[in-house]
Amino acid sequence: MTAQGTEPAVKHTAQNGAAEAIHVENLHKKFGKLHVLKGVSLSARDGEVIAIIGGSGSGKSTLLRCINCLENPTSGIIRVNGEEIKLKADSHGHTVPADRKQIERIRSKLGMVFQNFNLWSHMTLIENVIEVPVHVLGVKRDEAIAQAEKLLARVGLAEKRDVYPAYLSGGQQQRAAIARALAIHPRVMLFDEPTSALDPELVGEVLKVIGDLAREGRTMVLVTHEMKFAREVATHVVYLYNGLVEEEGPPEQIFGTPKSERLKQFIRNIG
Amino acid sequence: MIGTGGAYGKLYGGPVVRDLLAVYTTIVRAVPELVLILLLYYAGTDLINQLLTAIGYQRIDISGLAAGIAVLGFVQGAYSTEVIRGAILAIPQGQIEAARAYGMSPGLLLRRITLPAMLPFAIPGLANLWLIATKDTALLAVVGFNELTLETRQAAGVTKAYLIFYVAAGVLYLLLSLFSNLVIGRIEAWSRRGMPSLKEAR
Repeated sequence: MTAQGTEPAVKHTAQNGAAEAIHVENLHKKFGKLHVLKGVSLSARDGEVIAIIGGSGSGKSTLLRCINCLENPTSGIIRVNGEEIKLKADSHGHTVPADRKQIERIRSKLGMVFQNFNLWSHMTLIENVIEVPVHVLGVKRDEAIAQAEKLLARVGLAEKRDVYPAYLSGGQQQRAAIARALAIHPRVMLFDEPTSALDPELVGEVLKVIGDLAREGRTMVLVTHEMKFAREVATHVVYLYNGLVEEEGPPEQIFGTPKSERLKQFIRNIG
Repeated sequence: MIGTGGAYGKLYGGPVVRDLLAVYTTIVRAVPELVLILLLYYAGTDLINQLLTAIGYQRIDISGLAAGIAVLGFVQGAYSTEVIRGAILAIPQGQIEAARAYGMSPGLLLRRITLPAMLPFAIPGLANLWLIATKDTALLAVVGFNELTLETRQAAGVTKAYLIFYVAAGVLYLLLSLFSNLVIGRIEAWSRRGMPSLKEAR
């Protein structure tokens, strides 16, 4: 079911000297009284593939969504490309971005792929893919189209370029969403449970695309339930439990010789 | 236009904006249109003229047509605020979130995503409002605007041929509505591009 025919040996490993693309330090997030993240730190260097795993309600999606401020963290430091996101308190005491332009600039460097695809339903696939390059990044329309055609071909959807998302399967929609993310030349790709909304037989085609991207050395942060896949493509695995990092390390260690009892049980239950 | 602004203000605006809009939609939708038309026409023109004289301009004569259009727009704005608010709420939130996640500014988001995505949900309601508006013009007779119904009444009164004139007026309204329906149908089909029809889905 997962990406087949790939040996762990070809996995790309980041050099230690690579620049830090994402840096999260002591991140807290509260929804009202609910304390979802209780001081999480995370770092992704260029070329690294960070897999975030954990049970439901452990805060892994919230952590990912804080990185591009789709959720505003309650406190903590987030740096993207070495640039710290400026936050301030609004009149209700909520933390909000202090500089909208900064957030928009940072977001346009992060390619987000959602659990529910979230393609724009009034646009065809090619329009979805060129939308951000043309209207946010200011790329010329014909250049954007040429690039988008290549990207759609790459995810195996070249012949679907003029089809609206509602006429495609979940797997096709998710692959198109990955093409949309690639079109902005993202510094980091963020995947929020990209296969959780898919029928089992469609999971493989999407994981194959993500796996190819990982192997070519793209920086990614990936929230996933696919343990086998995480083990194959990740360079670093973070296990979240109850809003805290319970254990982290290279995949061999996390899946092979886990130290924490909770992690052991989690792997047993899910595997 | 007023409706879009109103709906946006109600959904995303600060507390002051929201309260002001709530007062606007509540009052306009609570007071009968005839009363509003009289109120806004007589009180409104008076207010504008007082304002003009206050800042040293001459009084102006506001035509029944301009006043009528302004008043109907003001009334329709209140109703369409609610129609459009509903339509925006009907957009799958993920699509808005995706646009934000890719760094779209609020203006771009409105223009490129929110407006086109809410249109299919808003068209039926807006079409209703438009058809009601075409017939509300009859009410403008009270401010001396020579619209269809008033003219018909005068013509019928003079010639005593009530049946012919009123039927003719009815036919004219009907033709206007049919033509509107045709145009609205086109717009709706265009706005629903990318949405499989319910028939196919069955």
